[in-house]
Amino acid sequence: MLNMSANFQDREIVIPGDVVYEGKIRTGENTYRDQDHVYATRLGLVNYSPDNVYVVALSAGYTPLVGDVVIGQVVDIDLGEWKIDIGAQDLAVMGIPDAVDRPFRTEFNMTRVLNIGDTMIAKIVDIDRRRTVILSILGQGLGWVNEGFLMHITPSKIPRLIGKKGSMINMIIRETGCRVAIGQNGRILISGPNREREEMVVKTVTKIEQEAHTSGLTNRTQEYLRQLKERSR
Amino acid sequence: MSKKPTTKKTAARKPAARSKKPKVDSWKRADGRSFDELRPLKIESGVLPNADGSAYIEMGRNKILCGVFGPREMHPKHNAKPNEAVLRCRYHMAPFSVDPRRSPAPSRRDQEISMVMRSALEPAVFLDRYPRASIDVYIEVLEADGGTRCASINAASVALVDAGIPMKDLVAACAVGKIDDKIIVDLGDYEDKKGQSDMPVAYMPKLGKVTLLQMDGIMTAEENERALNLAIDGCKKVYEVQREALKKKYGIDQPQDKPPKEFPPEEPTEEPPVEEGHQ
Repeated sequence: MLNMSANFQDREIVIPGDVVYEGKIRTGENTYRDQDHVYATRLGLVNYSPDNVYVVALSAGYTPLVGDVVIGQVVDIDLGEWKIDIGAQDLAVMGIPDAVDRPFRTEFNMTRVLNIGDTMIAKIVDIDRRRTVILSILGQGLGWVNEGFLMHITPSKIPRLIGKKGSMINMIIRETGCRVAIGQNGRILISGPNREREEMVVKTVTKIEQEAHTSGLTNRTQEYLRQLKERSR
Repeated sequence: MSKKPTTKKTAARKPAARSKKPKVDSWKRADGRSFDELRPLKIESGVLPNADGSAYIEMGRNKILCGVFGPREMHPKHNAKPNEAVLRCRYHMAPFSVDPRRSPAPSRRDQEISMVMRSALEPAVFLDRYPRASIDVYIEVLEADGGTRCASINAASVALVDAGIPMKDLVAACAVGKIDDKIIVDLGDYEDKKGQSDMPVAYMPKLGKVTLLQMDGIMTAEENERALNLAIDGCKKVYEVQREALKKKYGIDQPQDKPPKEFPPEEPTEEPPVEEGHQ
């Protein structure tokens, strides 16, 4: 049985309940310890580093973190705050000072800034005691978006889509000439010169999502994009 | 339901396959299985694109679909717990799942199974990670052939993992029972109805913990113990199928077949979420 061996190979797939390590080690993400055993809590790829063990989840919901840039939609407007769906467990909120950078006036109309159904790129500035996510659209690259193609992938695969120091996403942008904004919550906003180019990005991102756990992906993706471009010509 | 141990009269009524005198070697079950043999089992994960996680199971002639949503905001809000998530299960049998059409309205039996499933799955889920949230498990029985609650638990635990909900272990379930004074595993519809006893068991194979144990009918203490061990063996077999179902979705071969060649160091590994690069 697998659980009798001390551990798995690096980057091997594990399932909740698998003993990924026996003995003393720091437990990283998606693992838990029970006495001397470290178990996986999610389906994913186990990674061993010298001082800890963690599992990169293959499917996981979005857990908000302060500093994340996310793409959300306004679902409701309350007194002095917008309620925004970012695909997390609860709705996020954004107050007026986080949306407009000027003094508050009584005649201020919130729907002028963001109306229900509007999409925006926002940054998580805080998560309060009740775990409510507080967003802001003040900052470079943030704010209301009025055009583009919105798609969704598993949030745990976003790092793969970005690649090392953005190598993957920059390559996609270079090859297609589209503007691509990535939210850490798994939503991706694509706007390009024409529909064809946008769909090219969608296809590529879908492919990356499906093959996120394989290696040599950046090169293969580049090849794939070139093929798509050849075909469209 | 509760049949006296087999008399000549009941033996005469039995179908041809089982009309032989119950001898240990020649005795066969209604469908020709041996006492410790499971029905053909097939599980597929991630079958519903609109659910956060899903699974489809075929256990014998049972056909069951399971969808998982969440963790998401609880509605109505007053049902939410401030310290942990609430796992909600809804077991439902389609009107066409059994031979005389069944009313689609939830019955007492549906309510019981929903509750039983919830308590079977709860110990495996890290509910405390998601305070004030709800995790919803929807079970739809498309075709029923005995042991639907066990099959539903099997599907639900695969669907929960597929939804990316943190779990301590998978939950595998399988029934044991007694027919013709024989202890058998994974009862089919006929055995379920005509048997002397029936005992569904859910089990967490890696942690070695039983999360569901129900019993109907009559068994001696010794038989009960034997039955429980048989059920646990059955659950372990189910577990292997669940495991394969989850892995298959990602098309990953065991590294034994494909040694580390596939994982060269040149490739950037999954890295911690760096400041993302939206332009």
